Amino acid sequence: MYAFEYHRPTSLDEAVSLMVNAEDGALLAGGQTLIPTLKQRLAQPSDVIDLAAVPGLTGITQDGNELIVGAMTTHAEVAASDLVRATIPALAELAGQVGDAQVRNRGTLGGSIANNDPAADYPAALVALGAVIKTNRRTVAADDFFTGMFETVLDTEEVVVSVRFPKPQRAAYCKFPNPASRYAIVGVFVARNGPTVRVAVTGAGQSVFRLPELEARLAARFSPDALANVMVAADGLNDDLHASADYRAHLITVMAKRAVAAASGSPAD
Amino acid sequence: MATVNGIGAAVTRREDQRFLTGRGTYTDDINRPGQAYAVFVRSPHAHARVAAIDTAAAEAAPGVIAVLTGRELAADGIGGLPCGWQVHSKDGTPMIEPAHPPLALDTVHHVGDQVAVVIAETREAARDAAELVEVDWDELPAVVDATAALAEDAATVHEAAPGNICFDWHLGDAVAVDAAFAQAAHVTRLELVNTRLVPNAIEPRAAIGEYDVATGEHTLYTSSQNPHVIRLLMGAFVLKIPEHKLRVVAPDVGGGFGSKIFHYAEEAVVTWAARRIGRPVKWTADRSESFLTDAHGRDHVTEAALALDADGRFLGLKVSTVANMGAYLSTFAPSIPTYLYATLLAGQYRTPAIYAEVKAVFTNTAPVDAYRGAGRPEACYVVERLVETAARELGIDRAEIRRRNFIPASEMPYATPVALEYDCGDFAANLDRALPQADYDGFAARAAESARRGRLRGIGFATYIEACGIAPSNVAGALGARAGLYESAEVRFHPTGSVSVFTGSHSHGQGHETTFAQIVADRFGLALDQIDIVHGDTARVPFGMGTYGSRSLAVGGSALVKAMDKVEAKAKKIAAHMLEAAESDIEVKAGQFTVVGTDKSLGIAEIAGSAYVPHRFPLDELEPGLDEQAFYDPKNFTYPNGCHVCEVEIDPDTGVVTLVAFTVADDFGRVINPLVVEGQVHGGLVQGIGQALLEHCHYDPTTGQLLTGAYTDYAMPRASDVPSFRVDWHEDVPCTHNPLGVKGCGEAGTIGAAAAVMNAVIDALASRGIRHLDMPATPHRVWQALRDAAVRPAA
Repeated sequence: MYAFEYHRPTSLDEAVSLMVNAEDGALLAGGQTLIPTLKQRLAQPSDVIDLAAVPGLTGITQDGNELIVGAMTTHAEVAASDLVRATIPALAELAGQVGDAQVRNRGTLGGSIANNDPAADYPAALVALGAVIKTNRRTVAADDFFTGMFETVLDTEEVVVSVRFPKPQRAAYCKFPNPASRYAIVGVFVARNGPTVRVAVTGAGQSVFRLPELEARLAARFSPDALANVMVAADGLNDDLHASADYRAHLITVMAKRAVAAASGSPAD
Repeated sequence: MATVNGIGAAVTRREDQRFLTGRGTYTDDINRPGQAYAVFVRSPHAHARVAAIDTAAAEAAPGVIAVLTGRELAADGIGGLPCGWQVHSKDGTPMIEPAHPPLALDTVHHVGDQVAVVIAETREAARDAAELVEVDWDELPAVVDATAALAEDAATVHEAAPGNICFDWHLGDAVAVDAAFAQAAHVTRLELVNTRLVPNAIEPRAAIGEYDVATGEHTLYTSSQNPHVIRLLMGAFVLKIPEHKLRVVAPDVGGGFGSKIFHYAEEAVVTWAARRIGRPVKWTADRSESFLTDAHGRDHVTEAALALDADGRFLGLKVSTVANMGAYLSTFAPSIPTYLYATLLAGQYRTPAIYAEVKAVFTNTAPVDAYRGAGRPEACYVVERLVETAARELGIDRAEIRRRNFIPASEMPYATPVALEYDCGDFAANLDRALPQADYDGFAARAAESARRGRLRGIGFATYIEACGIAPSNVAGALGARAGLYESAEVRFHPTGSVSVFTGSHSHGQGHETTFAQIVADRFGLALDQIDIVHGDTARVPFGMGTYGSRSLAVGGSALVKAMDKVEAKAKKIAAHMLEAAESDIEVKAGQFTVVGTDKSLGIAEIAGSAYVPHRFPLDELEPGLDEQAFYDPKNFTYPNGCHVCEVEIDPDTGVVTLVAFTVADDFGRVINPLVVEGQVHGGLVQGIGQALLEHCHYDPTTGQLLTGAYTDYAMPRASDVPSFRVDWHEDVPCTHNPLGVKGCGEAGTIGAAAAVMNAVIDALASRGIRHLDMPATPHRVWQALRDAAVRPAA
């Protein structure tokens, strides 16, 4: 990697001020994307600001009908959390499928969503569950947060603090992993809350997206059969060595059906 | 005599203690005093002229000691990398051998081709400076696909090779094959792609060059499978250093799979640079460099046809293959798609007429050479895919069609129409063992159960035979080898009775330190901790040809037996003298020398003591010491063989292929250590399965960029991708021509597995009208094939 200044701030304000003053700063959360990128010399930040010592960014708490997960909480912690398993089991399941054991032990929720890799798992959960992202400055709905490939609404000096997940009545995530990287070729998160069903897809497009047609059908009847003849259009979907756009379009329906089937088996209210 | 540590004992590997506790010594673990670090400047283009290289900025960078290019190499009279095997075309002309300078001079021929080396105080300083080397590239058109390289308007890789052809070779009797096809009741034809693979040893290549100005001696530490061969090739052809002034050390090596047989440019450059700058120079590949510059494997496109009579008996086989050599000829590249491929096209069958032609083609890709199995998996794949396809077309059970065509054990030795003589083998016996273990009879019920769950189930076979124990030197020489292929061993008893064994074969995961010690323990009745197996250092081991082609035990083990024979013969004379008996009255059993019919006896340790303290010693008849060396040149290849049965289940909604069972019945001749053999088979199977289902080295056809240059894109098999294997073997048919009766087991798993998996996949898909699918059977490909079949009008 190229040389950079390393900082380990002990408060959120200090972290933000370091970012403001850096020529080209980079925030380090779990480092599961940033560190490999640095090692391959694909990034050359002037300053790396490590969030590990900033208090208040980790932990999982319940607030009424919502779960609050700190931005620096690792995937492994979410996957193993009794609170998450009891409240939103689909979220724990998703966290347990991210990368491999090493990645899950280091990678964090905040790092994942701030990076917004088009094949990351978490964005599907946030969008389908209607989560709200809290930063050092504001709160943003998940629907508005992810804006494009590796793009979010975050400003350079903005730090994700936590994510608030409303508890759904039923939810499930179904992922078709890339055989090489285990990133999602297609991942579909389905969540039902009363009359509302949200279906969010990751891996298939430039960024996570919802499928209103599937949501409408599932709102009418929350069953895999409701998706029996649905054909998702391949236009605009990712098309690469690992999967054509057609294949991804097909997998969206298959994974959505499987997610609905799995969600139907999850405990109701 | 069977002992707890002797031949046949399941001894846990002695070397694993240091490997599993992080105490191995790999090349990168070695640090020499005053060591500097090398980083190579590599081509970002698949094909380009090097108009100019400006090294000024790099030379001025902090910590930089030297920046060297092909110009400095040429000025020092450094030669090109040699090719160790010469193949001749049909018309008798020798293959085209383009120049392969260790640092490209005026043209680069693949992405990753090196043009300069930066040597600095630290690796990071060298990397920083390497980015400052300014190369003025004039891009040239590139071609990466072997069949595309044959097109009339294809880019020319080397001016020296018109039409990009390296050689156009053939083997067998074309006339007899044409006659066989003329009388055939049925002909089965297939077009097959054998995918290009990246070897992916867990330890990347690494090299340290060192020069001792006081002695004039060069030392190269390198992650290699055969240090003596590297010494010969690099010393004699590249750097012109005589052997007595060049030491090559290959310490612990973390996997090779063939890719570390070859002599690579980096080895020569660090050795040369060390003398030039007067300091040791270390280079360790990063994973990206490994993907770009390790010699790749396979990469064949083949048209094959099998002629059968009405009863399904094979009449003739015709094979036409285009083999991708990559941008340069790697050390043994020409032998792989020829003498290690076409010679195996008889497989286990009595096909009377076989003809194969192979066009070897240059492309703008990394060189292609031996990768675990090396030609033999490609041959097995052609034969076994044809056999199963023919069985399905003729409505003959797939086990039955094999039985009808097996060479019977009673016909051994058997001369094939493709230049080999199988010394032994009982192929039907392998099938008989495999079928019940795979519960072939119960398959229909399992398939029906899968169908009830909406899944497609398939079962597939591969029977394989390989030519291992490479090779009789005179035969190999007649076929173009530019080296001998014997092996050496030295057995040195020390005065107190412990033993150092020096072998020219090399362990990079095979477990020599255990199995070779077992052979010695068995012979002399010693404990394993009395025996050290020394390998991998030209300064310690007399000579060697290294490890590849499953040859360590069959050739190196045989040399060891010969050396032990000499030790025992001498010890017997010493014992006769010490016991005051006639030599003919001495009986030897597991290192105990006894006067027949008496209790007068000496152990080998006492004899060794006498040999080094020769007070009671026949000095007028024998030299002191007990230290013998032997060379063994094999009389024939060995022929490991076996039967693989693979069962898969396919999810038609996603195309995912799940391996549900894998059964293997092998014949490796005599087995020294069943644990090591089972481990070798498991690893081999996983590599074959990796090719069948996951791995695919892919270059962009236009730009020549490697698109699968990282593990995020190149899918390696993981433990979770494979089932628990059922591995079985028998020892009823030992090799007839080596003293241990061993055949070799290192490559067997890889040779059969890819064909067995693909046959199972195609069996599962056959009910949907799919007759052929190329590897790897990824979910995407399987789904696409199912979708295409669904919309295809019925024939």
